[in-house]
Amino acid sequence: MSLWEYANPKKFMQTSQVLLPYFAVLAAVCLVVGLVWGFFFTTDDYRQGATVKIIYLHVPAAMMAINAWVMMLITSLVWLVRRHHVSALAAKAAAPIGLVMTLIALITGAVWGQPMWGTWWVWDPRLTSFLILFLFYLGYIALWEAVENPDTAADLTSILCLVGSVFALLSRYAVNFWNQGLHQGASLSLDEETNVHNEYYLPLLFCIAGFVLLFVALVLQRTRTEIRSRRIQAIVARERLG
Amino acid sequence: MIALLIRDLRQATRAGGGFGLALAFFLIVTVLVPFGVGPESAVLGRIAPGVLWVGALLACLLSLDRIFALDFEDGSLDLLATAPIPMEAVVVIKALAHWLVTGVPLTLAAPALGVLLNLPQGGYGWLVLTLALGTPALSMIGTFGAALTVGLKRGGLLLSLLVLPLYVPTLIFGAEALTRGLASLDNATPLLMLAGITFGVIAILPFAAAAAIRINLR
Repeated sequence: MSLWEYANPKKFMQTSQVLLPYFAVLAAVCLVVGLVWGFFFTTDDYRQGATVKIIYLHVPAAMMAINAWVMMLITSLVWLVRRHHVSALAAKAAAPIGLVMTLIALITGAVWGQPMWGTWWVWDPRLTSFLILFLFYLGYIALWEAVENPDTAADLTSILCLVGSVFALLSRYAVNFWNQGLHQGASLSLDEETNVHNEYYLPLLFCIAGFVLLFVALVLQRTRTEIRSRRIQAIVARERLG
Repeated sequence: MIALLIRDLRQATRAGGGFGLALAFFLIVTVLVPFGVGPESAVLGRIAPGVLWVGALLACLLSLDRIFALDFEDGSLDLLATAPIPMEAVVVIKALAHWLVTGVPLTLAAPALGVLLNLPQGGYGWLVLTLALGTPALSMIGTFGAALTVGLKRGGLLLSLLVLPLYVPTLIFGAEALTRGLASLDNATPLLMLAGITFGVIAILPFAAAAAIRINLR
């Protein structure tokens, strides 16, 4: 019994079929609890008013935007090293989700920034690096779409993901250097004394858990779809031959 | 390897090779900017470093898809793959050839265009220095992008989409070093970072690019 058993598409399909509903339901529960609690049962911030509540979408989406890329990096490495197709397909499945998460983080940030900073957009390091991350996702997805042979596409996108990760990190530090930030620092760290108040913290934890579960559920679903479409292609090819 | 370099240089400088195209593009971009933002010297002098860097970057981008595409079409890339020199060396030579026909002329032409944009006195040395340090990185990253998209039929646009985000750190440090040099500030940090990117990229990306080419030739 090892993790690599799930690299077998059949085994993966069986297991994910069982797990998927749990993840989906748990994600829904966490999100409903977190968002309803956050939106309706917390007090307004004394300076930010009701706009503080956008944190419940903004922060989890931003976290998942980065984590999705990390997941793609890991699955790409697994594909390059061990040639498991499910791994490559999972990376492909995660990319559009990461793209949407990045977009959510950018848009909710803009919506929050307009009343708070008086502007939709500033060239702040965090905002800028998210915009760059968005471009990386776009390029990655475009490369998947452009290459016809699925194995070639998986190889090329994996290499792009590895190189892109290095450059994404580099860009993160480059933009830090390039402009001073307006964005507030982290206030959720476990090792810091001044964090966001518990009243906001607890529903936020639910939202983060909800987003993580939602991401897992979506990736499982999309990977299943990719595997099925791969099977259909195989069947069609066989029909044509025979 | 030297034969390959000479061959690439000769092909690039022949008619239809695209030599000079990057230079002409650089010139046109720089000429267009004053039409867009107005002819006031103060404004132009202020944005000149950024415009020159972005212009050089775009001019580099223009000729990237030619690095491997022609060799791929007529099959010489397959021959190079079976040649006794490793693919990594081929990639380095290709990047070097690209730099020699675009990066070096751009660097040399930049001061003349700096005059057009009213680049302040004392900035010309920094302009040449930062471009000379940064354009090898642009060529190398671009060669990697070209290697990724070599097998595609309409790879040109995709190539830009892939390569431009990768250019961000180089552009930031290059333009920052130039701007700080102009303002007589200490610009050792961005210069060192720029040099670091260039050398790091030359050390690492040939392997990634060679892997991409091998995949594309499979």
